[in-house]
Amino acid sequence: MATKEEVAEAMFNMVKEYHGKKNLKALDLTKAMIEKFGDEACDKKLCKKAIRELVDNGKCTYSYVGGSYIVLPPEE
Amino acid sequence: MAEKLRETPLLDELEKGPWPSFVTEIKKSAVKNSMANDQLGILERSYKDRIGHWKHGGLVGVMGYGGGVIGRYSDLPEEYPECAEFHTIRVNQPAGWFYTSDVLRKLCNVWEKHGSGLTNMHGSTGDIIFLGAKTEALEPVFADLIDMGFDLGGSGSDVRTPSCCCGQARCEWACYDTMGFTYNLTQHFQDELHRPAFPYKFKFKMAGCANDCVASVARSDMSIIGTWREDIKVDQGEIAEYAKTVNIADDVADRCPTGCISWDGKTFDIDNANCVKCMHCINVMPKALAPGDEKGATILLGAKAPIIGGALLASVLVPFVEMGEENYEDIYELAEEIWDVWGEHGMNRERVGEFIQRVGMGNFLEQVGLDPEPEMIMHPRTNPYIFFELDEEED
Ligand code: SF4
Ligand code: SF4
Repeated sequence: MATKEEVAEAMFNMVKEYHGKKNLKALDLTKAMIEKFGDEACDKKLCKKAIRELVDNGKCTYSYVGGSYIVLPPEE
Repeated sequence: MAEKLRETPLLDELEKGPWPSFVTEIKKSAVKNSMANDQLGILERSYKDRIGHWKHGGLVGVMGYGGGVIGRYSDLPEEYPECAEFHTIRVNQPAGWFYTSDVLRKLCNVWEKHGSGLTNMHGSTGDIIFLGAKTEALEPVFADLIDMGFDLGGSGSDVRTPSCCCGQARCEWACYDTMGFTYNLTQHFQDELHRPAFPYKFKFKMAGCANDCVASVARSDMSIIGTWREDIKVDQGEIAEYAKTVNIADDVADRCPTGCISWDGKTFDIDNANCVKCMHCINVMPKALAPGDEKGATILLGAKAPIIGGALLASVLVPFVEMGEENYEDIYELAEEIWDVWGEHGMNRERVGEFIQRVGMGNFLEQVGLDPEPEMIMHPRTNPYIFFELDEEED
């Protein structure tokens, strides 16, 4: 099983990569991580924890643009 | 302290007449709060220009939460600077909307300290709504609310703040503890409430009986409505009393949606096997009739108000569930199963009811792992969604 931190890091990289190009939902990140790590090593529960970690430590934040997306926080 | 009150000749028209006026209430706040004063000004401007001057959405919220704050900005920030940012805060209301006057006073104090002082008790989702916060006020409001034991509600693509009727706290018709269940459900789905992860919003509403005082059948993705299984309790003596003042044939028997009541002027009889527990007869003669024993709830799915597509009413998903605390987990599992399927195949901004319409109830049930049942209908005595395979029966 992958660790929460590994998945959070991979999610963060994905959000960075898509920044300004495409808004990603929690579900998009979850599907991508399960594909990346394989369903033996990563599941929805782990992804949920990883998203929580990302948002709680301020690396990402939620944005609402018609739906809710996970994005980089605004630059100070 | 606000400066001079904004001129509002158009809004003033809404103060004329015998009804209470929201304009009068905003003016009361505007005297002491400059945000409310500018809000009055921009509203007058909207009436004059015949266009709303608000934009909504964006990156506002409190740390860690993806819901509970709806970003709102004016497109005339120079002219109405005090309401350039005018975010809405949703506060999770107590189940059944019970307050002490002390709590109401404290909520108002928090809001007068940090925001416009304007509230909406309650919004369409059921929450306590604080209207008009600047971005810098969000964290301090949140901290004060937490100190009082309150939390933010839902917004965006998450579980919206669950709401319920007053249930057994005040109503003799409640077939289950709506408030207890709502509290439990709110605690259970904290993550889903604060961290949006769905294709779109998902609302739970709990009603203790089919009178559905929270309009769950029209307003929630999953509505849980109290019902019963045993025969309706009939007191023939009280029926005889009602017969003196109520036209039982016209107003009760003829209005039974399934025609399962017979009344010969003396004896009132119900064919309980055909009763759909709509509550009509009980509402008309509450001293003579009462819900039967073996109480529980019906779970319905798929209602929504018209936003993107048209309005949908919920349809029956599980005809009967027991509603003791030991049964709550089953309902949570069902909800999670539904979210998995909807999350996997639902389109962005597609409500679960729209999703079911798109994929078909039969396919949906198969994915969720529920067996079709004849009660899975939108209205009594109409065709079910499911076409049972004739050859299966013949085998
Ligand atoms: S929905 Fe039924 S139980 Fe709830 S308050 Fe209304 S009448 Fe009472
Ligand atoms: S509850 Fe409704 S369906 Fe049942 S007997 Fe009364 S009116 Fe008829």
